[in-house]
Amino acid sequence: MLEIVDLHAEVNGKEILRGINLSVKAGEVHAIMGPNGSGKSTLSSVLAGHPAFTVTKGSVTFNGKDLLAMPAEERSRAGLFLSFQYPVEIPGVSMVNFMRAAVNEHRKYKNQTPLSAGEFLKLMRAKKEIVELDNKLANRSVNEGFSGGEKKRNEIFQMAMLEPCLSILDETDSGLDIDALRIVANGVNQLKTPENASIVITHYQRLLDYIVPDIVHILYKGRIVKTAGRELVAVLEEKGYDWIKKEVGE
Amino acid sequence: MVQDSYIALFNENKNLFLSENPQWYIEKRTEALNILSEKEIESFKDAYTLDYGLNVSRLPFAGDPFSLFRCDIPGLATSNYLVLNDSFYAQNSEPNLPEGVIICSLSEALKDYSDLIKPYLHKSNISNADMAINTLLAQDGMFIYIPDGVQLEKPIQLVNLMYGKVDMMAVSRNLAIIGENAKAQVLVCDHVYGEEVNYLSNRLTQVFVGKNSTYEHYKLESSSSKTTNISTLEIYQEAGSQVLSNLITLANGKTHNRVEVNLNGKGAYLSLNGLGLGQDSEKIENHTFINHNVAGATSNELFKYILNDNSVGNFYGLIKVMKDAQQTQAYQTNRNLCLSKEARMFTRPQLEIYADDVKCNHGATVGQLDESALFYMRARGIDPVEAKMLLMFAFVHDVLDNVRIEPLKDRLQLLIERRLRGDNTHCGGCKICR
Ligand SMILES: Nc1ncnc2c1ncn2[C@@H]1O[C@H](COP(=O)(O)OP(=O)(O)O)[C@@H](O)[C@H]1O
Ligand SMILES: [Mg+2]
Repeated sequence: MLEIVDLHAEVNGKEILRGINLSVKAGEVHAIMGPNGSGKSTLSSVLAGHPAFTVTKGSVTFNGKDLLAMPAEERSRAGLFLSFQYPVEIPGVSMVNFMRAAVNEHRKYKNQTPLSAGEFLKLMRAKKEIVELDNKLANRSVNEGFSGGEKKRNEIFQMAMLEPCLSILDETDSGLDIDALRIVANGVNQLKTPENASIVITHYQRLLDYIVPDIVHILYKGRIVKTAGRELVAVLEEKGYDWIKKEVGE
Repeated sequence: MVQDSYIALFNENKNLFLSENPQWYIEKRTEALNILSEKEIESFKDAYTLDYGLNVSRLPFAGDPFSLFRCDIPGLATSNYLVLNDSFYAQNSEPNLPEGVIICSLSEALKDYSDLIKPYLHKSNISNADMAINTLLAQDGMFIYIPDGVQLEKPIQLVNLMYGKVDMMAVSRNLAIIGENAKAQVLVCDHVYGEEVNYLSNRLTQVFVGKNSTYEHYKLESSSSKTTNISTLEIYQEAGSQVLSNLITLANGKTHNRVEVNLNGKGAYLSLNGLGLGQDSEKIENHTFINHNVAGATSNELFKYILNDNSVGNFYGLIKVMKDAQQTQAYQTNRNLCLSKEARMFTRPQLEIYADDVKCNHGATVGQLDESALFYMRARGIDPVEAKMLLMFAFVHDVLDNVRIEPLKDRLQLLIERRLRGDNTHCGGCKICR
């Protein structure tokens, strides 16, 4: 599904990703762990098509297509979803208008007719339940005045609405209390199918108790320095990241 | 001075200007003449240097002037009036107005209702050269009188239409007297017929709102790049009166709006709003003066601009709180979006406070569309053009919320959307623009 080969990327002339290789197949859950500042969010931003980052080398193939050649909006329509580490507040744009625009763009891309207002609201109601999102929130401006946990639940709600093929969850667990964490993880698990895949970015074990990964990678200083099965999570939890630093010779 | 030729025009045609005026109005014209010989014209002075046609001798329009114009905003039922260049026209089928209500031409009112209007016009100040030109040269306009206790259901719509085969200038003056416990809504639409010739209009509107009355004033401009529109709105508010005003400049050439509101009674409330959408080389100026002359009044001011291309926006907002105007609340906000590097916005909010027990604040910002919000929307599959539209709509949202005539609000939404999408059809509201 996703094939990243020797990906290098920089921001403001500073190289952050220094040769990433990663292969994700349908049905898999990958975890990417690593200390703060190692480039996890940069990787997800580059995959989502954020204009601030420049790819200097390498390739990314997504379902056979050259992902890097696509503008951000097309990547989304093609089935890539990024749950933002810091969801953006958009005062004055209602959740309903925002989501309807998004859903209908996705439908247009698939040659489907736009949803009527009634159909759309019905869909929204159904999907809200997956993350137990309050009705009130859906009537408000996008993320405006949402608490940290509400913002993260809203990300998963949007994921449920758009039914992506590959979802990248960037620190979706940070700032969540245990109940919210359970709700978010439950949502993600409900949305899992044999046809889709996820990349879960985190630096704690916590979330991975609920969303169980098949493969775990450690990202350090812009490179994936270790890849193993889910047992790696426990090792990291016990030894911390210093152990990795030693292993790569620091 | 640029106004010399206009002073000469007046002197050469004195009999035409003054023939049917009451003595007190002739004095007013003389006062204007004196002021004009001393004060410089401040805004868009160059526009006065062209050689315009002016209908000084009051030739009527050959044909039905209403054939030039038909407003078809769906669901908007108004009492319709026209000022064609500077001449007032009412439709043959007068709408059924409540008893005592007068809506007629100002020239007629100066003859027939001289005693009624004298107290209002006689005392009003001629505070600058634009108003002096108007007082000197205006021969007609609209007069509205709403007696005490009368609540108008239908909005009064006045279309100011510029029309000419050669460059045209029009000077018109409107007066509205709203009694006590009354209610009226006035919608003024500034339009032009044809995009080829130069138009210059100087229009003055004065509104006197009595105790505990509600008055709404909407001014909407959709004109042409060759139009210069100098427009003055003065509102005087008595105790307990509620005034809502909204000045929306959708498409224009050069526009100067001067608004002065005098809060003269306790509990008076003013909501003054404006929106300017600039593109190409349009220039949009809104200069507002809010005077809290007595204690216990509230004003809320909100002006927003979205500027594209080489357009220039200008906002000047002065709030004056006089010495005895305790318990004043005055809030002013001016927010602006510059969509291009070339677009320019000048903003100058001013507070002058001479009382000590007041709540006042003001704020002004100039910025671009929020890049992180744009990316967030694109990351959900929303087209960048649509994403920008959503953000711009969000930006103008609160100004539109202050349009209380629903069909007008719906139509404005559509017009603003068209305008923001760069569609050059100016106004879908009436026949002439399509
Ligand atoms: N817009 C930016 N401009 C400059 N440096 C940046 C920018 N974004 C991220 N970085 C730098 O890139 C590195 C990786 O950051 P990030 O990808 O956010 O790490 P992580 O998500 O793993 O904590 C950090 O050193 C950070 O300071
Ligand atoms: Mg991060």
